[in-house]
Formats: sequence, C-alpha cells, structure tokens
Amino acid sequence: MTAASASLALPANRSALRRARDWAANPWARPRFLVLVTWVYIVWSIAPVIIAIQFSFNAGRSLTAWQGFSLTRWYFDDPENSVWNDPALQGALIQSLKLAALDMLIATPLGVLLALGLARWRGYAAEAGNLLMLFPLVTPEIVMGVSLSLVFAYLFDFIEPSTTAQVLGHVTFSLSYVVVIVRGRLFSIGRQYEEAAADLGATPWETLWLVLLPLLLPAVLSSMMIVFAISIDDFVISQWLSCGADCDTIPIRIYSATRAAPLPSINALAAIMVYFTIAALVLSYFLFRFLTRGERAAGKAGRSVVQDMGGFDM
Amino acid sequence: MYPRGLWPLFALPGIVWLLLLFLVPFYAVIAVAFGTVDPIFQNPVPVWNPLDWNYDYVLETVIGFLPGNDYWRVFVRTTKYVAASLALCLLIGYPVAYYISRHAGRTKSLLVALLVLPFWVSYLMRMLAWVNLLAPGGYVNDILTWTHLVTTPPDWLNGNPYSVVLGLVYGYIPYLIMPLLASLDRIDKSLLEAARDLGASPFRAFVHVTLPLSKTGILGASVIITLPMFGDYYTPNIVSGSPQTSMLGNQIDIFFHGGPQPAIGAALTMVLSTFLGVLMVYYMYTVAKASREART
Repeated sequence: MTAASASLALPANRSALRRARDWAANPWARPRFLVLVTWVYIVWSIAPVIIAIQFSFNAGRSLTAWQGFSLTRWYFDDPENSVWNDPALQGALIQSLKLAALDMLIATPLGVLLALGLARWRGYAAEAGNLLMLFPLVTPEIVMGVSLSLVFAYLFDFIEPSTTAQVLGHVTFSLSYVVVIVRGRLFSIGRQYEEAAADLGATPWETLWLVLLPLLLPAVLSSMMIVFAISIDDFVISQWLSCGADCDTIPIRIYSATRAAPLPSINALAAIMVYFTIAALVLSYFLFRFLTRGERAAGKAGRSVVQDMGGFDM
Repeated sequence: MYPRGLWPLFALPGIVWLLLLFLVPFYAVIAVAFGTVDPIFQNPVPVWNPLDWNYDYVLETVIGFLPGNDYWRVFVRTTKYVAASLALCLLIGYPVAYYISRHAGRTKSLLVALLVLPFWVSYLMRMLAWVNLLAPGGYVNDILTWTHLVTTPPDWLNGNPYSVVLGLVYGYIPYLIMPLLASLDRIDKSLLEAARDLGASPFRAFVHVTLPLSKTGILGASVIITLPMFGDYYTPNIVSGSPQTSMLGNQIDIFFHGGPQPAIGAALTMVLSTFLGVLMVYYMYTVAKASREART
C-alpha cells in the first residue's frame, strides 16, 4: 500500500518539477526567471526589516523568539526600558532629529546656491569647484570622519567634538547631494523661461525669485528629503565627531546595543525612525506630484520614474 | 540677463565650506601622518610644513602592507570580502535592474518604489535586523534545523566571514541597483529593436547590444559601492566583532578609538585613500563626461 502510493507519487512529483522548470524557462512570454529573481530579491530586501519591526511589538524581552503582541510596551509602557522612559534612547531620538533638521536647514540653501553658481558660472575656477563638489560623494565616510575629527582636534580646535561638530560634518557630506539633484533639475528646465521673463521686463531679482525658484521647488523638496534621510541614516560621521553619550544618535545607539544585550526597545527606536521617514516620504511624494502637475500633463514621457524622484540620476 | 559676478557669488559660500571642511581636513590627515608624537603625552603633533615632515609613521605603515606583513593580511581579507560582495551584488542586482527596466511594464512604478524602500531604512537598522535573524535561536537557525539542512545550527555572529559578506551585500546592494537601473533606462530601445529586426535572438541582442551599452553603468555602480565597502568597519563589527574578520576600516577605527597611535591611523587612512583615489578619479571622470554630454 505505502510502496504503491510512493511509486505513484514519484512521477507526479517529477512532472511538477518539470512544470516548474518549464514555467521559469518559458521562452515566449515575459522572462519568468527574471520575475522570480526580482520578487525574491524584493522580499529578501524587505522581510528582515519587517521582522525587526515586528519584534519591537514583542511582549517579552527576547529579540529572537516571539512572546506575544504588545503594542506599546517598548515604545511607552515599560517604566525603565521603553523608548519614552529610557533617557538614553529618548536622547538619541532627539539628537538624530535635531541633527537632521539642522542639516536640512543649512545644507539645502547652501547647496541650491552652489548648484546655481556651478551650473552657470564658466571658467577654470568653476571647473575646480565642480571637482571639489564631487569629491565628498565618493569619499568613504571613514576618511571624512578621520579627517574632520583630526581637523577639529588640531587646527580648528575652538570646535570641540559636540553637536556643532556633528552638524558641520553632516552638512559637509550632504551638500553635494543637494547640488547634484538641483543641478539636474536646472539642466532639464533650461533657460527659456528665464529668458522669456527677462524679455517681458522682469528684473534679474524677479526672474530668480518668481520664475527660477518656483521651477526649482520640486528639486529643492527632493533634496531636503534626501538630506533628511542621509543625515538620520548617518553613523560614521556622527560617531567620529561625537562628544560621548550626550551626542549619541539612533544609529550610534543601535551600534552599541547590538554588541551588548539588546532589548526590543532598540528595535522600537529603529522602527520609530522608519515611521518618521515613511511619513516624510509620503508627504513629500504628494507635494512633489502637486508641484510638477503641469509637467506631467504636458507629457514628459521620456523621463523615467527614477529621474522623476530626482535623487539617483547622477 | 543676470549681473556679472552673480554666479560666482552664489557658489562662493558652498565652495568656502568645502574648502574649510573637506579639503583642509584632508590635509590635516596628511599633517598628522607625517607628524611626530609628543614624547611625554604620547599624543600626535601634526607637522603642517611639508619640508619638516617626519616619514617614520608613513614608512612603517607602507612596510606593513608588504606581502606577509600585518596590514597585507588585512588588506587581502578586505579585498576578498569586497570582491565577493561585489560579485554577489552584481549577480543579484543586474537581473533585477534589467527586469525592472525592460519588462516590468505597468508594475514598474511599484517595483521601483519597493526597490527604493531600503534607502529609507537606516543602514544600522538593517544590520540590526540581520543580527536578530542570525542570533542563536533566531529565525534563520530555526528554519535551518526545521528543514533538517543542518543538525547543529552554525554560529553566525562570531567571526563568520559568510555573515560579513552577507551583511555587506545586504547593506550595499540598493546603492548598486538604483544607478544600474538608471543607466539601463537610458539605453535607446530602438537599438534593441534594430538588433531583433536584423535577426538577432533575444540572447544575442542582450549580449551584443544591452550588455555593452550598460558597461559604463555597471562600472559606475560597482565603484559607487566598492568605495564605501573598502572603508566599512561597522558591518564586520556588528555581525562578527571578531579580529578574524576585521577589515582595513576596523584597523583605522582601532588606532583612533582607544588605540595606541593616531599617527599610524592617519597614515593608514592616507594609504587607503591613495588606493581608493584611483577608483574615485575613474568614477568622477565618467560622471564629468556624462554631465558634459547632458549639457550639450
């Protein structure tokens, strides 16, 4: 009986295997093998993060075994270890947000001006400036961290390792991203709108303020978003310019926690960061759509989705 | 249309910022590497004038990189990890980018959004996620023992080189896929149609048209992730923490954070930057060429 069912199961099994192979190799329709790779990759890239967020809702203290659901224990309830009640975690959250906000406020205007200047100013000095601007994009963060910490220690020694030093470091590495994004937009809108405004009698100031700036707004918005994201994500620069526990950001907290005995509150802290970014992302996406609505209607079919979001078209 | 000197004026604050906080600090690394050490307090004394440079520390470091010496071993290990991670990233990333660029159709926006998602999750958070999964009693070992693939669950988090490579691939692959996708998107589809019309099979069209046209994209994207991987020290520290898997970045980190001699750390940083400088120059050359083409 059992032998018979086993011998029956075998060919069925084999044909299922062959069917799976034929399905993946299918030469006529869409390349299913690529579909498979793509979706497996996407699940693989997202699942660990979702599981980590899931453990921030663990009712127990474990990060590896699920002990029941608790919505708020590691966020608010736990009197000692929740993000809300542990001063170290709360401090890290505030420090991260503070750095990201200051970085955004300083790097965006500075970068927009630099982008305008470098895009329109011709000559050797501009070429050199352009080169200088590209370097921070490709310099490994550890090199920037070492050099900034040394310059603050031996040359600009009036700046101690502190929040100020961290902000200066963050602006230095985020500046170039703003320039690249804004400059891309600048090239794609061309100069005809400004020329039209000038022909119609606008002063240079009016042209800048009433024509160019509104046209640049989507790029400004994208760059603010990206500066916020890379600043909140940054670990290396924050660590090298840190003044100790008071300067700890969320990534620094996570780093030191993984090597001690972490509690789900560290996952909660990391998850809060994800909630913040997703909220900001959704908000800026709709703002972006709103700001570029005319262009979409006018049909810029050639532009890819990637270019639309602005950040990755270096 | 605009007054002369307006654009230089606009560029000035940003350029001054980068000079003071990017270029000068880099010179500080050089000054410390070629500097001396205070005999009493043992802290480094930078030497700013190239004529007074002290070559001892740099020489010592460079000798350390000769085959058989300490840094050589670390360098070889770092190169192995980076090469393995890069190869895996390309093997996974290229098909994904290719599919999304060529065949995704209406799902393209959704797929791109999902691809971008890891960008918005902190790198450290993503490493933490893997530490949770790989920990003893974590989901990975649960699955491995449940499917009877292994009898005793392996130790992932103490000096396991596979975990380090996994961490590097997981951490950096989004940064490879996005520029790759952008470069594949820029390929003129009519060239592929021409190849097909002239009788090339889909495979031949891919090998003779798509692949050569995406070469710059592949190289650029590889450089984008290779540079930070060479300077990485937190990934091996988080997923392994053992000296057996330490990379060049760890070596620098040790020399500065509680280590004996920042001067040697600075010399190491300098050597690393010189090595990576070649890659950087190549990358910036291609970027500059692309932006010149965009301008015309």
